[in-house]
Order: sequence, then structure tokens, then C-alpha cells
Amino acid sequence: MSKTSTKGIWKVISASSMGTMIEWYDFYIFGSLAVVISTKFFPSDNPTAAFLSTLATFAAGFVVRPFGALFFGRLGDIIGRKYTFMATLLLMGGSTFLIGCIPSYETIGFMAPLLVLILRLLQGLALGGEYGGAATYVAEHAPVGQKGYWTSWIQTTATVGLFISLMVILATKNALSPEDFDSWGWRVPFWVSIVMVGVSYLIRKNMDESPVFAKAKKEGTTSKNPLKESFGNRYNLKFVLLALFGATMGQGVVWYTGQFYAMSFMKTVMNVDSSQVDTLLGIALLMGTPFFIFFGWLSDKVGRKYIMMSGMLLAILFYRPIYKMMYTTTDVSYKTEITDKRNQSIDTNKNNDKITSISKTYTDGTSYIEKKTDFADKKEAQTHISININSSDEWTLILLVFIQVLFVTMVYGPIAAFLVEMFPTKIRYTSMSLPYHVGNGIFGGLLPAISTYFVTHAKQAGKPDFYLDGLWYPIIIASVCFVIGMIYIDNKNKTNHL
Amino acid sequence: MNTIKQILGVLWIILAAAAAYFCVFEFGLPKLLSDQQDDLVFGIIILFILTPLIVLGLGTFGYFAVIGEYNDKKK
Repeated sequence: MSKTSTKGIWKVISASSMGTMIEWYDFYIFGSLAVVISTKFFPSDNPTAAFLSTLATFAAGFVVRPFGALFFGRLGDIIGRKYTFMATLLLMGGSTFLIGCIPSYETIGFMAPLLVLILRLLQGLALGGEYGGAATYVAEHAPVGQKGYWTSWIQTTATVGLFISLMVILATKNALSPEDFDSWGWRVPFWVSIVMVGVSYLIRKNMDESPVFAKAKKEGTTSKNPLKESFGNRYNLKFVLLALFGATMGQGVVWYTGQFYAMSFMKTVMNVDSSQVDTLLGIALLMGTPFFIFFGWLSDKVGRKYIMMSGMLLAILFYRPIYKMMYTTTDVSYKTEITDKRNQSIDTNKNNDKITSISKTYTDGTSYIEKKTDFADKKEAQTHISININSSDEWTLILLVFIQVLFVTMVYGPIAAFLVEMFPTKIRYTSMSLPYHVGNGIFGGLLPAISTYFVTHAKQAGKPDFYLDGLWYPIIIASVCFVIGMIYIDNKNKTNHL
Repeated sequence: MNTIKQILGVLWIILAAAAAYFCVFEFGLPKLLSDQQDDLVFGIIILFILTPLIVLGLGTFGYFAVIGEYNDKKK
């Protein structure tokens, strides 16, 4: 079987990684700009629009991705990897650009949230098809014994995509006034996507089909019905289930905890200023990203299983101590206030709502702002707290998030190689995409909602460390996955089809 | 090792049944019957996506383990 030269494979990696990174970027900017999007398209006083908002958040992230995996996976196993992941790239880029062009709810009414929902669903479908294609394409070009290393470049794209989305949003916010950003500037990150997609499309267009798939096609050994062969065949189905329950399920929750739960925990539970969270998360992600490559490379030497399982075990053991430390770092009840610097003001807005603002400064440089709104129409009062942390606490949080990203890199770095080696060429795209997107989209994607449920439940029960209860979900899922992975997965992959 | 794999298969089937109970009665139905829109969508996803996936998926995985599909000789 002919394999690509080192120079050639760098071309393959660049073309594949850039496209996949852009897809992740597209997918994340919607989440990162969720607050402004909801004010433009989903007014909270309209129940139907609010319902569509929830659907857009949940459905695209969870339900649609596995469908995209099945649809594009089947296509990739029949017509080829190259054309399929070019189609997903264009679908994702087009949908993202169009979200940035939709007039607001005020201008076109109900059509606005409906269009956003449709485009968001298309984004989810495209994402479901992209990853399997890129991972398969790279693995099928990679030299024997180096698949972990080469596919790990694809694994960096999800984190880099998140990092770039945070940076583009921060740069746009810094370049514009808050009013301009709120009025039209939030659309810029969506428009930027079309330029990146255009460049990536041109690069991918000139690439060759995967040599392994091209050979199979020439010999007439490709599958006529990849879905039936993947899931209707007991021999293959048992590996799909093993991939899901022994690897991707745990990987999905570790990934979501390390990147998204950490972010929402700092913003909503610890009340750290949103821009500070974005910055420190960006630094931690940047520091952690090379480890995807390291663990991918290491998995070629020592096997995929023990690296992925070690990442899961470390996450299971250390999540609670890490989050306890994170919470304590910014807990103002442990800090000393400079009482002379306390400010309090009471204002009334145009709706006659009473707004009470209190600002406090602490000896270590932490500042605390609390705004309480008592509504004139007797609605339940709302309190918004924002804590600006000092540089030392910021670095403590960066370190604690970095440790979590390290766990992510251990479980995620080798997984593309692990999945592609598990299935034969003719059904590889379909078979590996489904467990990946069920593990990440559903088990991982449901993490924020289920963890929030645990936290709320614990808070209502009056538990002093209620904020740690949200971690039970990733800990339980990762524990089950760890036991299954350790017992049923062979470190010397006897089903290595590459 | 093969015996452990097969015995643990029973555990996965029991776990699938336990997960079904929690997903339906602890998470799904209470959310579905709640007045909140967010809860309704969450309840639908739990009941119609996550529950079948865990029950059928983990249950089938357990069944395969019990009948020795994951035993070394059969790979």
C-alpha cells in the first residue's frame, strides 16, 4: 500500500486541520455569542422564540451531530473522504455566514429565530460529518506506526477552534465600542468565517483522495450500504458499542468538563468577570494544545489504551479537589475588604426599576461589584455579581484549568487513531463517526444541563459544597467508561485495519 | 479475563436498567411535566434520546459481553 511522503503528509495535515479548525470555530462562535444572539433573535418575553432558542442550543449540539455522522459517514464510505468533507466545510461555512446576515427579530419577526434554528441545525449536521472525514483522511495517508502522531494534529483543532473563536470575539469587542458591538459588531465573527472557509476550500480542492480509499474503490471493495454493514452486522456493531462505552463516552465528558464546564463554572458559580475568564481560558488552552501532539505521538509508542484510560482516571480522581481549589481562590469570604473603598449607589431606570450597586475592594486587589435590580412590576429581584480577580488568582486558575486541559489531551489526543484503526476501510467513516458524535454530542453535550441540575438540587438541599455536585455526572460516566475500557479494550489493537 | 468480561456483562445490563429508571423517573418525566420551556426540551432529549441510547446501547453491550462476544478467542 503506497503511503504519503513526510512532505506530502504535512500538506494533508494542513488542509484537513485547517478545515476542521474552521468548522469548530464556526460551531463555537454561536455558543460564545449566545447572550447577544438571544437578545437579537430570541426575545425572552416571547415564549415561542425562547423555545426555539433552547432547541437551537440543545438540538444542534446533541441530537443533530450523530445524524450528520450517519449521513456524511455513509456518503464518505461510498463516494470518498475528500468530496464529503469538502461538502461539510461548505455547509458549515455557508450556514455560519448566513447566521451573521439574518435581520433581527425586531425587523423580520418570527422568521428570524426560525432561520437561526435551521442554520444552527445545518451547522450541527456539518460538524457531525466533518471530524470522521478529516481523521480518516489523515490516518489513511499516515505512515504505519505513526497514526497517533499525525492524527493528533486533527485533535488540536477543536481546542484551537475554541481559542480562535474567543480571540476573534475579544478582538472585535476591543476594536468597537460596546454600542457598536451590540448593534452590528457581533456579526463580524460570523462573516470572518466565509473568508477562512474560502481559503480552506481552495486548499482542500487540490488534494488527492485518500490512497487507501482510492485503492478500495479501484478494486471495487467499497461498501454498497455502509449503514447496514456498520450497525446491522453483529461483528462490527460490537466494536461500535465498545468504542462508545469504552472510549468516546468518557472522553466526551472529560473534554466538556475541561473546556466548557470550567468556563461556565468560573462565569456563573464563581462570578468571575467574563472577559477575564475568556482570557485565562485562552491561555490555558494555548499552553495545553501541544500535549495533544505529545500524547498522540506517545500512543504510537506505548499504545492508545493506557494513555486514554490514565487521562480518565486522573480526571475522576482530581476533578473535585481541582474545582474546590478553583472556588476557594475567588471566594471573597476568605479575603479582607478595604472598607474605606466601599461604594454604594441607588438608581432608578426608565422602567422605574430600582438598581442598587455595591462595589468592594479587597487587600489582595480583588474587586467585587454587585448589582441588584428590584423590578417595579414586583417580578422577582435579580442580582448580578462580577468579580475581577487579581493577577495571582488569575494564574492559579490558569494552572487549574491547564491541568484539566491536560486530562483532555490524554483522552482526546490518541482517540482518532484508536477509532480509525478499529474499523475496516469500507465502513470506517460511518462506523467511527457515530460513536464519536454520540459520545461527544450526547454524553458530553448534555453535561452542562445535567450538571446544572445536580448543582441546583444540592443547593436546594442546603449542601455546603453544592457547587461540586455538578461533577458527579462526568465522574460517574468517566468511571463506567474507565472500567469498560480497561477490561474490554486490548492495548495491542487486534482489530487494527490500517 | 474472559470470565470477568462475561460476568461484568450482567452488571452492564443491570446498570442499563438502573439508568432507565433514573432517566425516566428522576430526570425525564419531572422535566417533561414542568412548566418551563427549557425543562421541556431537556426532558424530551433525556427521554427520547439519552434513555434509549443508554438502555439499548449499554444493554446490548452487556448482552454481547455475557455471550462472550468480547472474549479474546473471538476477536
